[in-house]
Amino acid sequence: MTATPSEAPHLQPSATQPQAAPSALAVDGLSLSFGGVTALNGVSFTVAVGEIRAVIGPNGAGKSSLLNAVSGLYRPDSGRVWLGGHSFAAVPTDRLAALGVSRTFQNLALFKGLSVLDNVAAGLTHRLRAGVLAQVIGLPTARRERADAYDRAEALLAFLHLEDARDRPVGTLPYGVQKRVELARALVARPRLLLLDEPMAGMTLTEKQELTGCIRVARDDLGATIVLIEHDIGVVMGLSDRIAVLDYGRLIGDGTPEAIRNNQAVIDAYLGVAHDLEAGEGI
Amino acid sequence: MTDLALDKPVPPNAAGPNRTAPTARRGMVRPSPTALGVGLLLAVAFGLLPLVGSEYLFDAILTPFLALALAGLGLNILTGYAGQVSLGSAAFMAVGAYAAFNLSLRLPELPFVVDILLAGLVAAAVGLVFGLPSLRLRGFYLAVSTLAAQFFVQWVFNKVGWFSNNSPSGIVTVPPLSVAGLALDGSVGRYLFGLSVVSVVTLVVWRLVDSPTGRALAALRDHETAARVIGLPVLRLKLLAFAVSSFIIGVAGVLWAFAYLRTVEPAGFNLDRSFQILFIVIIGGLASLRGAFLGAALIVVFPLALARLGETLLGGLFDSGVLEMSQRIVLGLLIIAFLIAEPAGLSALLDRLWHRIAGRLTALCSRLCPRSGSNRSV
Amino acid sequence: MDWSFFTEVLVGGLLSGVMYSLVAIGFVLIYKTSGVLNFAQGALLLFAALTFVSLTERGLPFWAGIALTLAAMTAIGALIERTVLRPLVNQPPITLFMATLGVSYVIEGAAQLLWGTQVHGLDLGIDDLPLEIGGVLISTFDLFAAAVAGAMVAGLTLFFRYTRIGLGFRAVADDPLAALAVGLSLDRIWTAVWTASGVVALVAGLLWGARLGVQFSLSLVVLKALPVLVLGGFDSIAGAIVGGLIVGAVEKLAEVYAGPLVGGGIEGWIAYVAALGFLLIRPAGLFGAKPVERV
Ligand SMILES: Nc1ncnc2c1ncn2[C@@H]1O[C@H](COP(=O)(O)OP(=O)(O)O)[C@@H](O)[C@H]1O
Ligand SMILES: [Mg+2]
Repeated sequence: MTATPSEAPHLQPSATQPQAAPSALAVDGLSLSFGGVTALNGVSFTVAVGEIRAVIGPNGAGKSSLLNAVSGLYRPDSGRVWLGGHSFAAVPTDRLAALGVSRTFQNLALFKGLSVLDNVAAGLTHRLRAGVLAQVIGLPTARRERADAYDRAEALLAFLHLEDARDRPVGTLPYGVQKRVELARALVARPRLLLLDEPMAGMTLTEKQELTGCIRVARDDLGATIVLIEHDIGVVMGLSDRIAVLDYGRLIGDGTPEAIRNNQAVIDAYLGVAHDLEAGEGI
Repeated sequence: MTDLALDKPVPPNAAGPNRTAPTARRGMVRPSPTALGVGLLLAVAFGLLPLVGSEYLFDAILTPFLALALAGLGLNILTGYAGQVSLGSAAFMAVGAYAAFNLSLRLPELPFVVDILLAGLVAAAVGLVFGLPSLRLRGFYLAVSTLAAQFFVQWVFNKVGWFSNNSPSGIVTVPPLSVAGLALDGSVGRYLFGLSVVSVVTLVVWRLVDSPTGRALAALRDHETAARVIGLPVLRLKLLAFAVSSFIIGVAGVLWAFAYLRTVEPAGFNLDRSFQILFIVIIGGLASLRGAFLGAALIVVFPLALARLGETLLGGLFDSGVLEMSQRIVLGLLIIAFLIAEPAGLSALLDRLWHRIAGRLTALCSRLCPRSGSNRSV
Repeated sequence: MDWSFFTEVLVGGLLSGVMYSLVAIGFVLIYKTSGVLNFAQGALLLFAALTFVSLTERGLPFWAGIALTLAAMTAIGALIERTVLRPLVNQPPITLFMATLGVSYVIEGAAQLLWGTQVHGLDLGIDDLPLEIGGVLISTFDLFAAAVAGAMVAGLTLFFRYTRIGLGFRAVADDPLAALAVGLSLDRIWTAVWTASGVVALVAGLLWGARLGVQFSLSLVVLKALPVLVLGGFDSIAGAIVGGLIVGAVEKLAEVYAGPLVGGGIEGWIAYVAALGFLLIRPAGLFGAKPVERV
């Protein structure tokens, strides 16, 4: 991870990265609106390397918009995003993978017509060096590269218990399984930063527990820094190192689970309103 | 779960499923049913048919079938695999046909095989130009923009005399087909020539769609945003799809002109032809190589069958006007029926039929001879 | 440059552009409510004109012919909606488009099988005398067509603003799920929309038929409407009108001033190329604000 503030400023002299410790991701004063709707309103926070960082907030709070801005799918009206030692006004989506960032989507974004294995292996396609012709002719380098990618994909299938679905077209699988396939696709490239938008939505309790374990392993053993949007407060409290709370596009709380639990603004704006969140899942 | 060794190569006997299929591990490779089927088809097409087929079979059915199947294959790369709808396929057929005509006319010293390749490349280049809008447009906007190619190209061959060697309204008669000194201008020769070209191109296309690049095209089709996020070069892939697709459709145009009709005019590459190719792909099955062949077979055979049927049933009432109209109606109904009942096309239909037959056969075999039955079923 | 000639060409172009708008509006109606680019619009137009002409040729009075044709168009519209589009609901838009392509083949075939393939003249009783306005010659027929188109747009606007069905239509166009949730009947609205587009097809068919003669090529006017839609956006009636005017003007001006340089006949593609060029500069079209894809 090279996103240290000491290297970054020459790219953007006027802005200084908000935090001293090396961070995997920082957003600074992000604002974004759609027509009259303000999705993000001057949001600033950092994600430290190796951290599991949760982003919570009621529906429509701007959580997905935040991840979309970080991955360059939405272009913020103002503010900057720091990624991998660079500062961007608009993150170039095409370079995300090269920057070591992967993500999953709130609504499944799989390649429906492809098999599970192909979906996961697609996460490595950007690394392939062989040209089309080499692939078509079947030159040894192309074959080796490909076999290697598929071996890694298989290993991830094993990790996420997806072996049985390996050759099924992904569109035919149950929702929870598809969610895991998407996670596998994001993980296969060994990202430095992994952005997860409600990866557990619609999952059973057991599935959630399993996935929680997977996310931990992704951080502990694969070295990914993780930003996690999740509605299940129980999961969030147990899993994350720090939590950012959004409400109406504003950051209304930021700190350890303990601090958030006791943060009056958060309780008023969020936990208080949707009290049933404590009990389980809030949609 | 924590024992994760993503970086180490997977040992061949790891607990998880291995990538080598069980049959291949046994040392003696048993050919798959698909390979057997394709081999058999090729044997019949190359070996048997030329001996027994009639001139009518070659000239009216098989040769146009080959050309259209190839065009379908080309469009399938763009539409079926990469998800970009084109309504201008006939334009690229025309480009291929006219390019090959001019090459053989103006550079007669070039071998015809080189002409074909160059004609394909010219079509690919034109396809690239008309594929540029795909970088910014999607869906209907893109589909409509491909009509620009359709109308512009047709107009150019009509109006610019150079392309047709100054023949009125662009009608050209191509030189007789001969490859490496071998005259192939008879029905069988032209058929065999078409068959060879189609076989080679199909092999290459199969390799392509099976490659990581092919998978990347499908990824682009299924979810462009996700494809971008995982770092696929979306713009390059789109242009590649347009170029490869146009190349193949251009070669199909060469076959259309040199192997099938031998006299072509721009009006023969009109919008109806583009739709015909689109229909081939829909009826046959999107993103299926077989589909292009099945669709083309249906599109070539059904008008002939309808004509026969109409004659038998209605006799004199069934004149050419009525025939044309009923063909239009039936074709339209076919499209609608396939889209509603079998969106994956003939290819999927065949699959299902095959599974049912295979299932029955297996059941039958195991009942007749309980012990050896399982060996015989395919 | 001869400015009065230029003006004449321009005005002629604008007026014929109105005829394009007329066809394009039929598309927009369907697209807005069902998200379908209805390629069969041209075939419907052909069918309407052919039916009307054949009926009046068989001695039916004008208004009876209109009424009968209208009934037929309504029935066909409802039939398409029920038998083709409804089973395909939730399919990707491009599948629906291809289905309407199939529909257009069926209708074209059926129309000609039913009424024959010969060319019919269609006389609406409007002389096509050139009228001089401010030194510029304008075709009366074009003026009449423009007036009809204008009246139709006004009528549609009133319909959508003040009738229950019309309001329902707008609700569906904005958000089908929400419309469903508040108890609007999608069935009735869709049927109404297909009927409305049948009416538009009839009007456009009569005007175009009077201009070109009623024959197969009438269904090809659909190809004139597509660049208009690309320019104006598939979902905007205002876009269809302005787009039509632009396409009409560009086409005529190009035909007159650029055509002779390149051998003529460029009206077949110039509109497409112009629309494409425009889109490359402004991908959202004339009026559209490009929506940000939600993920
Ligand atoms: N692509 C978009 N177009 C228009 N409005 C959007 C878009 N994406 C998000 N919004 C709006 O921005 C606000 C925040 O949405 P979102 O970020 O999805 O919230 P969350 O993920 O916290 O539920 C909502 O009001 C939503 O309607
Ligand atoms: Mg969200």
